[in-house]
Amino acid sequence: MNPYELSIAQARTELDNGTLSSRDLTRSCLDRIKSVDGRIQSFLLVTEEEALQQAESADKQIAAGNVAALCGIPLAMKDLLCTEGVTTSCGSKILENFVPPYDATVIEKLKNQGAVLLGKTSMDEFAMGSTSENCAFAVPDNPWKAGYVAGGSSGGSASAVAAMECLGSLGSDTGGSIRQPASLCGIVGIKPTYGRVSRYGLVAFASSLDQIGPMSRDVTDAAIMMNAISGYDPRDSTSVQQSVPDFTASLKKGMEGIRVGIPAEYFTAGLDSEVAGVVENGVQILKDAGAEIVDIRLPHTEYCVAVYYLIAPAEASSNLARYDGVAYGMRSEDASSLENMYRESRSAGFGDEVKRRILIGTYALSSGYYDAYYKKASQVRTLILQDFQKAYESCDVIISPVTPTPSWKKGAHSGDPLSLYLSDILTISANLAGIPGISVPGGFSKDGLPVGIQLQAAHFREDTLLQAAYNLELGTGLANKCPEL
Amino acid sequence: MNITVEEVKHVASLAKLNLSEEELSRFPGQLDTILSYVAKLDSLDTTGVTPTTHAFSIHNAFREDLVQESLPRDKALANGPHVNGEAFVVPKIIE
Repeated sequence: MNPYELSIAQARTELDNGTLSSRDLTRSCLDRIKSVDGRIQSFLLVTEEEALQQAESADKQIAAGNVAALCGIPLAMKDLLCTEGVTTSCGSKILENFVPPYDATVIEKLKNQGAVLLGKTSMDEFAMGSTSENCAFAVPDNPWKAGYVAGGSSGGSASAVAAMECLGSLGSDTGGSIRQPASLCGIVGIKPTYGRVSRYGLVAFASSLDQIGPMSRDVTDAAIMMNAISGYDPRDSTSVQQSVPDFTASLKKGMEGIRVGIPAEYFTAGLDSEVAGVVENGVQILKDAGAEIVDIRLPHTEYCVAVYYLIAPAEASSNLARYDGVAYGMRSEDASSLENMYRESRSAGFGDEVKRRILIGTYALSSGYYDAYYKKASQVRTLILQDFQKAYESCDVIISPVTPTPSWKKGAHSGDPLSLYLSDILTISANLAGIPGISVPGGFSKDGLPVGIQLQAAHFREDTLLQAAYNLELGTGLANKCPEL
Repeated sequence: MNITVEEVKHVASLAKLNLSEEELSRFPGQLDTILSYVAKLDSLDTTGVTPTTHAFSIHNAFREDLVQESLPRDKALANGPHVNGEAFVVPKIIE
C-alpha cells in the first residue's frame, strides 16, 4: 500500500508508531500529484518545498511528543483561503498575483497543529459556479470519468481527495460548493453550521452564506478535521461562541433513538432514478441501524433557488466592490482617470459568471428594485428557515439526494446559466437556513459515476450529523475509495 | 419581463463595469431569463414576514477597546500595483 492511500486516522497511527514519517507521506502525495495531476488538474499551485519543510518540522514535533491530530498530515486548500506568502488567486485573473500578508484562521489552526499544506486547489472564480469550469486557470477533471466535471465550486479540493493526491482538503460552501463536488467525486464533504468555523481570511463571496468545511476520504477523517478547524474567533464577527465537542466521540453510537426525516419535496420529478435508488438504499441502511424513519415537509423548497440567486449575487456585488485596482489585484495600467481605472481593471479582471452575478446583484439592490427583489428574497428566506425549525421538531437528521443527477460532461450547461443554477436546488436551503449538511458516498450510477447522499441536521448538531453519516458509511462500505488512475 | 440593453448598461455603470459589444449581446437575455425565474417569489404572500439577513441570530460583536498590532506598512503595501513606499498611488483625482 502506498502511503498516500492511507486515511488521516490510519496515517496518524503510523506516524505515532514511527512506522511512517511525515516526510515519506508528504513525498508520496507529491509524487502522486506529479503522476496524476496532469489529467485531474486539482491544483493551481503545489508548494512542494514548503510542504517538505513542514513535513520535516512535523517529524521533529511528533518525536518530541506533539499529539495534535493533524500533525504531519498532508492537506490541500481551496484557493480562496488566504495563505501568508503563498499566492491566493480565488480562481480569478483579478487576483492572479495576490500574495496574502496573513493566514486565514483555519490555515493558522492547521499550521499550529503541524499539518502539511501541499498547495492550493482549483475552483470556480470567486466560488461562483457548480462545475469549476469558471476557473480562470485550470478546470479539474472528475477522477471517476475523464471529461466529466468534478463539480464546484470546490472542485479541485474534491478531485484532489478523490484522486488521493492529499489525505484531506478544505473547501467552502455558499450554496452547496462542498457537498456537491464531494457527491460528484465520491468523497465526504461537510458544510458546518454558519458561525461554527471562522471565515477570517476566506475571500468573501456571499457573507451570510459562506462557510468553510472539510473534504475527506471517510467520515472519521471529516470529524477529525472538524475538531481542528471549529471554534469561536474574535476576528470573525459572525463566528459563534459555542462550545466545540469532540466530533469523533459520537460516531460509533449507532442510530437507536435518532429520527431520520424524509422530505417529499426533495424527491420530485427532476430527480434521476439511479440517484433516487441510492438514497432509498441509504434510508434502509439507517433504518437497519436502528433509526426511526419519519416523513417531513419542507414546503418552501421550490423557492430556494430563486431566493439564493438574489441574495448571493446581492451580497457578492457588494463584497466584490473592493476589487478596484488600488491596494491589490489587477490594475489597468493605461487608464486616464481614477474612474476609468476602476472600470477597466474590473472589466479585464472578472470573468463571465462573476460579471453576470455582479449585474444581477446590483440590479436587485438598485433604487426602486430593492423591495421587490432583495427584501422579498430575505422574507422568503425566513419562511425556508421556519420550515427547517418545524421539521426538526419531529426529526434529528434529514436525508436526501445532494444533486438531482450524477456528474455530467464538461460544457453541458455553457450559455445557459439558469439550467446550472437549478441543479443546486437540493443544497442551497442549508446555506439559507445556516444549518450543517454533509455529503456521504452512497453508491454509483451504472456509468460508474459516484452518487452522494445528503444529511442535514439542526444548528450546531454536527455531532448527530456525523453520527448518522458514519452509520451510512458502515452500511455502504464506501470509505476511502479511489478509481484506477 | 424584458431587460433592455440600456438597463444592463445602467446597472453595469453602477457596478463600475464596462461591457463589450459581445457581452451586451448576451447578458440582457441571460439576465432576463434569471430575473423572470426569480419572479416566482411574487406568488408568495410575505406580508408581515420579518426578513432574515443572517440565519443564526447574531448580536453586536464588541471587543475591548485596546490597541492591537496591525499590519506593518511594508506588508500592507506589498500587493499594491503602484506604491511610493508610503501610500498607494492612483491616477490624479483633482486637477
